[in-house]
This record gives sequence, C-alpha cells and structure tokens, in this order.
Amino acid sequence: MTALDNLFAKVRAENRAALIAYIPAGFPSQAGCAKVIQAFVEAGVDAIEIGFPYSDPVMDGPTIQAAAVTALENGTGSAEVMAALKTATDTGVAAVVMTYWNPIERYGVNEFAQAIAANGGSGVITPDLTIEESAGWLIATKNSSISPIYVVAPSTSDARLPKVTSACGGFVYAASLMGVTGARNSVSSGAADLVARIRKTTDLPIAVGLGVSTREQAKGVAAYADGVIVGSAFIKALQDAPNEDAGLAAVSSLARELAKGVREGR
Amino acid sequence: MSTTPKEDLSAILGHFGPYGGRFVPEALIGALEELEEAHRTSQQDPAFVAELAELHRTYTGRPSIITEAKRFAEHAGGARIILKREDLNHTGSHKINNVLGQALLTKRMGKKRIIAETGAGQHGVASATAAALMGLECVVYMGEEDTKRQALNVARMKLLGAEVVPVTAGSRTLKDAINEAMRDWVTNVETTHYLLGTVAGPHPFPTMVRDFHKIIGEETREQVLALTGRLPDAVLACVGGGSNAIGIFHRFISDPSVRLIGLEAGGDGVETGRHAATITGGTPGVLHGTRSYVLQDANGQTVESHSISAGLDYPGVGPEHAYLHDIGRAEYRAITDEQAMHAFALLSKTEGIIPAIETAHALAGALQVGNELGKDAIIVINLSGRGDKDVQTAAQYFGIPLD
Repeated sequence: MTALDNLFAKVRAENRAALIAYIPAGFPSQAGCAKVIQAFVEAGVDAIEIGFPYSDPVMDGPTIQAAAVTALENGTGSAEVMAALKTATDTGVAAVVMTYWNPIERYGVNEFAQAIAANGGSGVITPDLTIEESAGWLIATKNSSISPIYVVAPSTSDARLPKVTSACGGFVYAASLMGVTGARNSVSSGAADLVARIRKTTDLPIAVGLGVSTREQAKGVAAYADGVIVGSAFIKALQDAPNEDAGLAAVSSLARELAKGVREGR
Repeated sequence: MSTTPKEDLSAILGHFGPYGGRFVPEALIGALEELEEAHRTSQQDPAFVAELAELHRTYTGRPSIITEAKRFAEHAGGARIILKREDLNHTGSHKINNVLGQALLTKRMGKKRIIAETGAGQHGVASATAAALMGLECVVYMGEEDTKRQALNVARMKLLGAEVVPVTAGSRTLKDAINEAMRDWVTNVETTHYLLGTVAGPHPFPTMVRDFHKIIGEETREQVLALTGRLPDAVLACVGGGSNAIGIFHRFISDPSVRLIGLEAGGDGVETGRHAATITGGTPGVLHGTRSYVLQDANGQTVESHSISAGLDYPGVGPEHAYLHDIGRAEYRAITDEQAMHAFALLSKTEGIIPAIETAHALAGALQVGNELGKDAIIVINLSGRGDKDVQTAAQYFGIPLD
C-alpha cells in the first residue's frame, strides 16, 4: 500500500473526492516550488503531482509549456524533481511524479522507479507511454512498489480500456477531453461518460484532469470521480501574480476553494 | 559490414530492432490504429495503388530521370556520379511522393482537414499542393525562425490556399513545429489527419512514409542497371528525419554489395555541439513518438540542433535509420555547413543544377566517397530537392548582393 492508496481509501470512507494539485519542479523557482508545495498542503490538497519539466511537452497547452520553459531555465533536472518530490512527501502528503517518457529512459528505467520510491513517491504518471511499450516499466514499478499511472482519453475504445486500466496502479487518470492541458470555461461532459466506461473495467480510483480550474468545476467532477486534478489554474495564478508572494497567496486561495469543491460534490 | 535484414523491418508492431514503436498520448492511439489499417488495406487495394500511380505519372512527373554528372565527377575522384532527379518532381522535391499518398489516405478515412509541419517549407508546400488538388483544408505549422529563412515557401503555401502558423515556442524550428502539430492533432483528431513529412514519429508513420518514398529506390535501381549494366557501389542521400534517404535506400537494402551512406547535417562541426547530426552525435532516446537516436542532454531534454539547412535542422532521426546504423547496413557521416555550401556551389557551376542545401550535404558526401573509392566506382546520389528556395540563404552565404 502506498500513501496514495491510503489516501483514496480515506476519501472513499469520507464519501468525497481527492484534490490532486500539480506543480512542475523548479517552478516558479526551486525555492518557490517548495513554498507552493507547502501552500498546497496547508490549504487541504490531498495529493501532489510533481511535474518533470520537459523540452517537448506535446500534451501540454501554453500555460504549462511556459512553466516548463521557466523550470528548465532554472536548471531543473532529475535531481531537482526528486528533491521536490521529497519536499512533498516529507510533509506526509501522498505524491507522484508526472513525466514524459524520455527523461525516465535517460535516467534508467529501474533506477528512476527506485529513486521515486526512495523519495517517498507513490507512483509515476506517464502521459506518452503506451501499454505496448511498457514491459520494462511495469517490472520496474512493481519491483519498487510504486504505481504506474496511465492516462486514458475519451477516444480510448471500450476494447482497449481494460488493457490500459489493468496495467494501472494507484488510480486511473481520465483526460476529460480531447486536447492539451489548460484551464477551460467548462469541463467536458465527456468526462462523466469516460469515468463510467472506466468503472466497468476496474475497481481502481479514477481521477479526472484537463480543464478543471474552479470550485464549481471541482464540485461537478467530484460527483462522479474519485479525484480531481488541477494544474494549469495554479500555474496561471503564479504567472499572473506581480510577485512570488502574491502568487503563493493566490495559489493558497484557489486551493482552499478547490478543497471545498471536492467535498461538495456528493 | 553487411548484415542483410529481413525484407520488412517493421513487421513487428512498428519496431526496427529496439527502435520505433509508439510513444504518444492515449488520445492518439485510435487515430494511429485507423491510419495503420487504412495504409495496410490501401496497399492491397489495386484501385488505390493505380490511383496513386496515375497521379505520379500525370502530376508528380514520375518516373524522375537520372542524370550523369560528369563535370562534377571530376572533383569526386573521377568516379561515375549519377543523380536521381527528385528535384524535378512537381513542387521541387521528393516530398510530393509521400504527400500524395497520405492525402489519398486522408480521403479514404473520410477526413477533410490535414495538418503538417515543415522545416525548409518543402513538405509544407507539397502538403498545401496536395490539399489544393484534393480539396482538403490545410494548416501548416512552421517554426518562426524557419518562416524567416524560407519566406518564399511561406508565400507559396499561402498562394496554394494553406494557412501557415508560425510557431514561437522553443527553438522556433522544425522540432517545435512538430510539437504544435501534435497538439493540434490531439485536439482535432476526429476530423484531421496529421500528414507527417518524414520517416519519424509514432508507428505507422516511419513505415508508411517509407512505403510512399521507396519508389525512388525502385526506379533508381532499374535506371542505373540500364545505364551502367551493374549495381552502384554506393548510394548516398542527406538525412534529417531521413525520408529521401530511406526512399532511395530501401530497394538496395537486400543488395549487400551496395553501400548505403547517409549524410547528416554537421552544422559548425559535430565537435562544436552546434549541429544536427543525430546518429553521429546523438544517443538513443524517445522524441516525437518514436525511439531512435536523439540529440539530448543528461536529463533527457532535447538539445537544439543547428544547421544552415532548415530541412535537416532536427534533433531526431527516423528509427529505421537508427537500426540500419546499429546493424552496420548503412553508414552515417556528418557534413559541415561549409562543406555543404562548397558542394552546393560546385554542382551549380559544373552541372547547371542548383540543389537544395539539404541535398548539398549528400553531394559533399559524394566528393569524399568518390575520392575514397576512385574512378571505377559508381555512386548514386538522391538529388532530393532543388535550390530555388535557398537562393537568398546562398546569396547571403556567398556575399552576393540581392538589391
């Protein structure tokens, strides 16, 4: 059982959804990232996703792309990602890393899984790793007792869904719409349908990401999902703020609102 | 040197040894499976094959001719130099072969919109051309840096009715144009076909794009046999993503006596770090949906490539090339900007053919290989594109005033 597994057991018992917040390591700075993590925890975020900033983030919209550029300019690499992960898990919160595949392959597949475990991480979300290319990764994550978390999309067929979800651990990441990350005015209605289709294939918790940015949206998603993932909205709050302190205040305020939202859904 | 690989290297799930495969967001899997199926069935459909062949005959201008470059050969150790004239195809490069094939597949899949990335603009122009011919909507993503280097091609695409989107992310070159095209595709996949222009990307692209270009090698082999009575000693082509190279190499893979030599963009020199020679100076990794050689740092971040040639300025390379390199069936060398521009000027002045700067890398390679093999050798070069688009860059390079 990872910290993440314990968390989902707990929120199930409380009959609510978990709030999962995303921040790239090294953004807005190395020290700033640690402060964001602290703000998340204090505001009632249930789990933290540490992003591994990558040069070619094809699943990300302009907001996270810009954050990745900043984080890379701040010298963020695997060491800084692992440090940010440890900062999160040291607070007792469940944390995972989200990364495109190449940084894992470059680090060493087994070594990466071991480093995640050594820094208290519960799993890794790999948005561009397909099940077909996962043989080595599934062994590595099993050996390190961390969860391989896959993203499924509205276009994932019913025939394919169980192949993906049966390889998943921790939770299934449901992408709410066809598109890249970024805040949107409304959460796609396709998300509820996708979650219902995933439920038929697995007992794992299901978290919904892509496009959630407000308390109302979090409440809506929490009605049918086990977790609500928010990323771009936090980053935008930091980017739009005149300085880091103001950005942190905005992040805290947003996180508190979202934490209420995930408790209002049912 | 020559391990002869199986006829179809991509038979197993789009893999070439450890390379290739599919590293993409789950959202794209359905579209890739649909495309794979459309490609597979179309290759066995006589009507599709005939339609493409007829288009090549009446529109592309196939078969492209071969030209013996006798005066150029005097600078290449006196070896016989034979040019496969893909520059004479409609739109001025080999790119049209793949574009017409994929545009027909787009219609076959019932899609109405194509998106494409372009570096030098040749693939963008070819895509815009096919879209105009077949009545498809066309959006071309092009790095902002490249829109400046290749302003003439931007105008051509617009005249052909395409929308050109300058990409301002990252290094503002081909790599970033591909990222942006993939983001568009993830969002609009139900209505849109991503008409990828090279033998990279997720399966089935490396195999499918090769299949549309292998006609180059098939024609070349017959033409050279007819002209010289024997197989060539070496076949040379420039390699960015590697589509023209795989196109001319493929038919010769099972001819072990024929050396296959790919010429990568060495930029300022591989030792300077400012280059785009991915196999020569890169390491295995994953970029844009496929495992191959990649220019990357210790953290797996893609490193920006550098080349005077926009079409070769890419930090990845097709997975089949990575495999052909590893098994020793093909060789890859780096040609610097300076060597390429020397060959560019030399072919222009000795043969009256202005090549694309991309292609000039292969010509520079021929100068080396000809001198190594001597006067009895027969060397074939894929003259993949014409240099009209490069006149401004070349004029600046050689200090020719333009006003």
